[in-house]
Amino acid sequence: MTQLQARGVVRAYGPTPALRGVTLEVAEGEIVAVTGPSGCGKSTLLHCLAGILRPDAGEVTWRGHRIDTWSEAARSRLRRTEFGVLFQFGQLVAELTAAENVALPLLLAGTGRREARTAALTWLERFGVAEVADVRPGEMSGGQQQRCATARALVTEPRVLFADEPTGALDTLTGEQVLTQLVRLAREQRTAVVLVTHEPRIAAYADREIVLRDGLVDHTGLGLDVPLAGGAR
Amino acid sequence: MGGVSTPHVLLGLLAGGSRHGYELKRAHDERLPRARPLAFGQVYATLGRLERDGLVAAAGQDRAGGPDRTAYALTDQGRDTLDQWLSTVEAPMPYVASTLFTKVVVALLVADVDRARSYLIAQRAAHTARLRELTAVKADSGATLSDVVAADFAIAHLDADLRWLHATLGRVADWHREVHP
Repeated sequence: MTQLQARGVVRAYGPTPALRGVTLEVAEGEIVAVTGPSGCGKSTLLHCLAGILRPDAGEVTWRGHRIDTWSEAARSRLRRTEFGVLFQFGQLVAELTAAENVALPLLLAGTGRREARTAALTWLERFGVAEVADVRPGEMSGGQQQRCATARALVTEPRVLFADEPTGALDTLTGEQVLTQLVRLAREQRTAVVLVTHEPRIAAYADREIVLRDGLVDHTGLGLDVPLAGGAR
Repeated sequence: MGGVSTPHVLLGLLAGGSRHGYELKRAHDERLPRARPLAFGQVYATLGRLERDGLVAAAGQDRAGGPDRTAYALTDQGRDTLDQWLSTVEAPMPYVASTLFTKVVVALLVADVDRARSYLIAQRAAHTARLRELTAVKADSGATLSDVVAADFAIAHLDADLRWLHATLGRVADWHREVHP
C-alpha cells in the first residue's frame, strides 16, 4: 500500500531549479534508495517528502492527506510522530548524553521519563553503543555518534525513516555495520526507509532504486548524461 | 596453480591435523561459503598430486579402503610450501585483464558506439542486481562472519566494476573516436 507520494514536485532555490516535477511513491515498509550524481536534487527531494521543505508546486501526500499545504506546526508534529530523520552528521544535542539524546523524541511525544530512558537504553544496545549511554557526543567517536543518531531516529518506531547519506561521514566498515543494523531493524518494525546516497553499494541495501538527474526521475536508471540510441532517456 | 589455489587451501585445511577427503570437501565449503563448491573428484585428484609431490602423506586408512577412506596429513615439506605461499605477496593486478574490459574494446572494434554502450548498460544492470543479492546475504540476521567476509569481497569488486562501467559509459563516445580516427 502506498503511504507516501510525491506528484509533480517542483522546488527551486532562487533562480536555480533543484526539482523539476518529481513523481514517486513509497509503500509501507519499503526501503527505497534515491540516487544520482551530485546536485541532482536528492536531498531537496528528501526534505520535501519529510515535510521539512515546502515544494513550490506539486503535491506531497501522506496516507492520502496532502501535507505540503499543512502549517509548519502540523508538519513538525508529523515528523515527531510518524517520521524519523537522519543526516550525515552533527545531529545530536551536544549538552545531552547519548541516552538523553535518544530519549528526546519520546519525551517530546509525551512518554514518561523512566520509560523513555529504558527505551533509549534498549536502542543504544541494539546499535552496540550501550557503553556510551551516559557520555556526551563530544566524547564519542564519529561512529558512536552516528549509531546514537540512528537509534534516536528509530526510537519512536516511525512509519518512515528519511536518511540522507547516513553513512557518508563514516569509514567503510563502520558505515556498513550501521546500515546493516538500520535496515534489519527497519524491516523488523516495518519502517519504510527513504535512503539518499550516491554510492551503489549503499543503494544495494534497498528494495528499489530511484535515480534522479537534473531534478527529474531518470527512468533509464542511469543518472548519466549520455545520449542513448533511439532517443531512450 | 589456478586463481583459487585449491592445493594451498587443502594444505591449509590439513594444517590442524589429518583429515579424510570428504572432511576436506566439507571444511572447504564451510570456510569458503561463496566459492564454487569443491567436487569430490577434484579433492581426490588434488590430494593425489600433493601426495606425488611429497606435500601430504596417507595417514591411515579405514578397513574398507578406497580413496575416500584414506586420511591425509601434511608433511614437513607441505608445511614449508604452505608457509612460503602465505608469506608471498600477490602481484597486484599485473595485467589489466578482465572480460568486461575486453568486451568493450572488441565491441568498439567491430561495431559502433551504441553496441559498446548497450553492453555497458546491460552489464551495469547485471552487476547492480548481483550487488543487491550479495548485500541481502550479508544483511541477513543469520549470516556468519564467513558469509559476511565472503560477500564483502565480492561486493567490493562489483562496486569497483560499477564505478568503471559508469565512468566508461561517459567516455565511450570519445574512446570510439580514438579507436576509429
